[in-house]
Amino acid sequence: MRQSVTSARPSRFAQGLQVASRALVALIGGYLAAALYTAAMARWLPIARVEAVMTGMLSSFAIYACVAIMAFAVATATRAWVWLAIVCVPPAIALYVSMHGAGA
Amino acid sequence: MKEGLRQSMAWLHTWLGLLFGWLLLAVFVTGTTAYFQDEITRWMQPEITGERHLDASAEGALAYMKAHAQGAESWTIQLPGQRSVAAMGYWKEKGETFRQWRDHAFMVDGQGRKVDARDTTGGWLLYRLHFDLHYVPVLWGRWAVGLAAMFMLVAIVSGVITHKKIFADFFTMRPGKGQRSWLDAHNLTAVLALPFHFMITYTGLVTLMSQYMPWGIPAAYERPADYYRDHLGTDAPPKRSGEAAPMASLTDMIRQAREHWHGAEPGFIAIALPGDANSVVKITQETGAAMGTRGETLAFDAATGVMRRPPPVKGHASQTESVMVGLHAGRFAPLALRWLYFFSGIVGSAMVATGLVLWTAKRRQQLPDPSRPYIGFRLVEKLNIATISGLPFGIAVYFIANRLLPTGMAARVAWEANWLFIGWGALMLYVFLRPPRRAWIESLAVAGAAFLAVPLVDAATTDRGLLRSLAAGDLVFVSFDLCMLATAGLFAYAAWKIHRRPVAPVRVARRTKEAVA
Repeated sequence: MRQSVTSARPSRFAQGLQVASRALVALIGGYLAAALYTAAMARWLPIARVEAVMTGMLSSFAIYACVAIMAFAVATATRAWVWLAIVCVPPAIALYVSMHGAGA
Repeated sequence: MKEGLRQSMAWLHTWLGLLFGWLLLAVFVTGTTAYFQDEITRWMQPEITGERHLDASAEGALAYMKAHAQGAESWTIQLPGQRSVAAMGYWKEKGETFRQWRDHAFMVDGQGRKVDARDTTGGWLLYRLHFDLHYVPVLWGRWAVGLAAMFMLVAIVSGVITHKKIFADFFTMRPGKGQRSWLDAHNLTAVLALPFHFMITYTGLVTLMSQYMPWGIPAAYERPADYYRDHLGTDAPPKRSGEAAPMASLTDMIRQAREHWHGAEPGFIAIALPGDANSVVKITQETGAAMGTRGETLAFDAATGVMRRPPPVKGHASQTESVMVGLHAGRFAPLALRWLYFFSGIVGSAMVATGLVLWTAKRRQQLPDPSRPYIGFRLVEKLNIATISGLPFGIAVYFIANRLLPTGMAARVAWEANWLFIGWGALMLYVFLRPPRRAWIESLAVAGAAFLAVPLVDAATTDRGLLRSLAAGDLVFVSFDLCMLATAGLFAYAAWKIHRRPVAPVRVARRTKEAVA
């Protein structure tokens, strides 16, 4: 980042915050998303229990990697958080419904 | 936007690489040696000779435990794989934890005789370093390595996005041009073995996924033990009856297992409550017998020798997991493929190392005063040298310590491992005390000298030196020594290359750059 600092750009401190914010999405958010999908798959996939758990675990690292790439690919750190939320909502709802029932 | 994406991915790749590079290099180097861990262990126990013979060593180990470990909770026999000679037996007394197994460990050769081999962890130490690290609790080590592997995966993806001409990178190498050459070398090693890098990183994460990503288990199971029962087919341990019963023939149980597996060999025998009427013998298929690494386990009633109901056939996901772990560890690989794994591992190590060097090569040209770089630059440069020559040096010291430490000494196993880190630490300290250019030349030369010393010390302290091994046609010992000599040559060549280079290549590079502009 050293060379990209020019007078037209935001301060180094602001830039550092942006990077830290994206890193948080990648590191923590990526793990959270992967864990949610893994758990949701374990409950919803219409196959044997042990197979569903296994399928979720096997695919979790791909999900984590995609979220981490997304965190640094989108234009701003705020958008990274928005995308993280969008990615996490479906498995969170699926998990909630399967644990507490759709009618509850 | 497109250019912006490539730039942000390049930035991500650079800083992820720097953050995890040193740890990844250690993981790659030790993981590469692990493809030959059985051979390394054989070299590190020169007392063990002869041929492998499964049934005889199993019966020999059993006889030894019958004589020395009556009333133990369990007897375990680790049979030699296809590339080993000796079996290892150990038992667990009531109340002992699993970690104390080494206190009751012994080796049995192919004729069923117990051998007094020097106590060593052999190639297994390097294999465990690969994912457990050392001196830290195993769980922490695994999390650190897992995090590095996870972001290696991200670095691979971002590295691919960064590249415009990924195909052209196959054929591009411009040597002797400073930063440009390091970039070419990094691209070449990365792209050439890209499928390997991707496979090895993802499957590496899969090997420990129930630690890293366990959340499906509590979501689907009330008790985690039920998941492991479904996954591995483990049933509850037997209860002691208090009634003694002699054990049926182990050789016959091995025969039944072979028959059930259509000829595949057993690799692991665990006997729970030996001597008791409720004793159970479990025989697990050798991990090298198939690509999937989770060998099936068959259970027998020890007193009658009758096989219990075999476990159900694995589902698709479980088979996928088993094959992914198998692909990572390569235990199924025959010799030629094993060497390919080994060289791919070296290419991976070179990819990480060139990437680390590239970080400094790129920034060196932008330094305001190249003779006085800022502290972060100096730290990265020194850590690069300390890891690239320091870790291999430590491994050479580990091999030498195996030959020089007295066989009867207390805590010999721990001291062998300590010497690896003493060697590495000492070279690291030295590197930090020397100017960078001298540090490169001298540390590479020292590492080269240490690898040269390994076969020499071996020849001086055992009767299995290179010349004798050649005469005896002992391929394992010959190959090991030749690998040491080749590594020594490689390090010496690198030291000589840097020594021959003009003293201030930085200025030269700058001037040509200006001339071009």
